[in-house]
Amino acid sequence: MSLLDIFKRRGSAPVARERLQVLLAYERTNRDQPDLAALLREEIMAVIARHVEVDQDHVKVTMDRGDTTSTLEIDINFPNSAVNALAS
Amino acid sequence: MSTVVVITSGKGGVGKTTSTAALGAALAQSGQKVAVVDFDVGLRNLDLVMGAERRVVFDLVNVTQGAAKLSQALIRDKRLDTLFLLPASQTRDKDALTEEGVAGVISELREKFDWVICDSPAGIERGAQLAMRFADKAVIVTNPEVSSVRDSDRIIGLLDSKTLKAEQGEQIDKHILVTRYDTSRSARGEMLNIDDVLEILSTPLLGIIPESEGVLRASNMGSPVTLNDPNNTAARAYLDAAKRLLGHDLPVALPADKKGFFDRLFGRRAA
Repeated sequence: MSLLDIFKRRGSAPVARERLQVLLAYERTNRDQPDLAALLREEIMAVIARHVEVDQDHVKVTMDRGDTTSTLEIDINFPNSAVNALAS
Repeated sequence: MSTVVVITSGKGGVGKTTSTAALGAALAQSGQKVAVVDFDVGLRNLDLVMGAERRVVFDLVNVTQGAAKLSQALIRDKRLDTLFLLPASQTRDKDALTEEGVAGVISELREKFDWVICDSPAGIERGAQLAMRFADKAVIVTNPEVSSVRDSDRIIGLLDSKTLKAEQGEQIDKHILVTRYDTSRSARGEMLNIDDVLEILSTPLLGIIPESEGVLRASNMGSPVTLNDPNNTAARAYLDAAKRLLGHDLPVALPADKKGFFDRLFGRRAA
């Protein structure tokens, strides 16, 4: 162990506390409720499906829950032919 | 060739989830493509130990039920791009997992990964049996303590009777991973020693993980110990255990009870 480790030592418990607070705040409010991310995804997908046919394999959903705001990212790949068909 | 490993123990709190994260990361650190799968439906924690708890969108149950594709549920590790997590669901429905559903997910994972590491729930019920069902290898996490050794023996019985391999008349490849080992207490005769444990369980040893502050620190940070602090004694023991899984013939050394200069100075136990 090095000198640096001595100064690093104090770090980990506050990190654990903060991670748990964010996670538990989310889990307590969402217990027994449909997951918001899943709900949003399904409704967004339904809207898109009205216009283009999208293969589920080409839909990437990522989530990043923060303590005050969260990010839901939906990445959809569809063939250009689908867009052209729509425009004509 | 893909290998499915179950990390199991019977007893809770012995280090299954920590060991899943550490061995999974260690294999990925050596360039293998690895998926770690949390089978503890209702009480998931592998996401937290791996630091991915804020990024869970879909889970194992969603995939088995067809609500999400496997590729959508897998979470890529931010530090290692060959390491992926399939989180458990938080549902209270204990029948959410079916054997057919799990079979489908495991065979799809086998196509994509070199290693599929299944983190079993504690106990000997349905969840634990589904986690081991399709495994090629089993790592039985055992503390050098009477109740843990007894529960490991029960799990070995299940591995030899309830897995697909056992039912097909084959042997599942079983290994003991001793965790929370304290060399000095064992030397003083206060703790079962390794030979006692191995003799009682008559199963080969995968590694000995010493009790270490680094393990708790890694969990706090949400990072497998082999990534968070690769020079830590427990991390080195996990890295060696992963090499043995890869087929390297490394001798298992008893963790040295060495104290560093500063540990001596402050009277702290070596981490």
